[in-house]
Amino acid sequence: MLEGFNFRIIWEYMPLFLEGLRNTFLISILSIFLALIVGVIACGGRLSRWKFLRGISIIYIESIRSTPLLVQIYFFYFGLPTLGIRIPEIQTGILALMLNSGAYIAEIVRAGITSVPNGQIEAGMSSGLNYFQRMRFIILPQAIGVTVPPLLGQAIVLVKDSALLSLISVMELTRCGQVLTSERFMPTEAFFTVAFLYLCIYFCLKYLADWSQKRLIFKETY
Amino acid sequence: MIAYYFQRLIEIFPFFLKGLWMTVIVSCLGLIFGTIFGFIMGVLRSQKIRLFNWPIGIFVSVIRGTPFVVQIFIVFFIFPEWGIQLNAISAAVLALTILGTAFICEIVAGGIKAVPKGQWEASASSGLSIVKQLRLVIIPQALRTILPPLVGQYVLLIKDSSVVSVIGVVELTRVGWLTVVRIPEGLMVFSLVGILYFVISYPLIRLSNGLEKKLSVGQISL
Repeated sequence: MLEGFNFRIIWEYMPLFLEGLRNTFLISILSIFLALIVGVIACGGRLSRWKFLRGISIIYIESIRSTPLLVQIYFFYFGLPTLGIRIPEIQTGILALMLNSGAYIAEIVRAGITSVPNGQIEAGMSSGLNYFQRMRFIILPQAIGVTVPPLLGQAIVLVKDSALLSLISVMELTRCGQVLTSERFMPTEAFFTVAFLYLCIYFCLKYLADWSQKRLIFKETY
Repeated sequence: MIAYYFQRLIEIFPFFLKGLWMTVIVSCLGLIFGTIFGFIMGVLRSQKIRLFNWPIGIFVSVIRGTPFVVQIFIVFFIFPEWGIQLNAISAAVLALTILGTAFICEIVAGGIKAVPKGQWEASASSGLSIVKQLRLVIIPQALRTILPPLVGQYVLLIKDSSVVSVIGVVELTRVGWLTVVRIPEGLMVFSLVGILYFVISYPLIRLSNGLEKKLSVGQISL
């Protein structure tokens, strides 16, 4: 099956793959941080008392969640220039990834906050804590433990999703595979190397996610 | 100008419906086969037979750890080198099936593991064979935990089927891509594509949420 597997060509293209890996890394880290901000804001809107804010957040979250990321990427890639906005592909890609993951993170954070039992909040209220104190001392410490493992899961998804940026010619890991395929026509070497490198990232993040699952989720003690 | 493009877009709307139909066919075939193989593998995985557990575990991790674009490239470019000739549509269905199998396998295995051990013991001591135990006792109860994430997985599969456009299957995303070349109104074209995806996946998302609520309420009353 793999008798003709050519390691020399992989070695030759290693600098390219490493550059792709680095770009995938940078794109993912930047996007997940931005998505975290977007997600927390959207979640705040989703839980807010004002109908208008709530409506906008719901529309944002639901429309992102029920359309494919690729369509969103193309939407910005082909759509922004018609509005007269010209930004490099990589920024378009990060924008799309950020908005996409933001919607999922909003739902994760919401699940974390609503997982705190009502009694806790009522107890906080009757102890005379104000909204921010309740958030700071009661809700968030419990919510964060529940939120971190799925957030790491979302990070895994985001790293995989960033592969789609190769379709708008961002020079990341998958794009390197495509370059090697088109220059030397060696798809086997190219895409197995790419897959292997993605697997390395996946297992690191998975280890982290499993660890956080064990350490952070509060065990019910009663 | 926009009005003119809008007119053009309405004229070629049937083309979009064709794309939608292709999306539905490809993802339906993928999810039907994925469900069948996923159930078989999930049941095998839940049995803790070492002979099956290792290969299935590796398969699931590899599929979950690599981006779907890379998998599609592997199926489309590398399988022919191993003598498996595929046209674009069957490559797409195969890739979606593999993806679906890996994810559904985990869902099913998780659902079966969540059935209390006493149920296994009780059905075994009633003299049921292992197939009957699964069919009559375990799986009906496991379905309660399996169904909501399974429907959620279907939504993910439908959305992932957009990636299939990269190997030239003329489905919804590809139609958008082909249209935007002629009608340079990216926002409009991909909004339309997004709306069409929304029409299929949003009801499924609601179904998944509804099932989750309905089935978990039953569990509390147990």
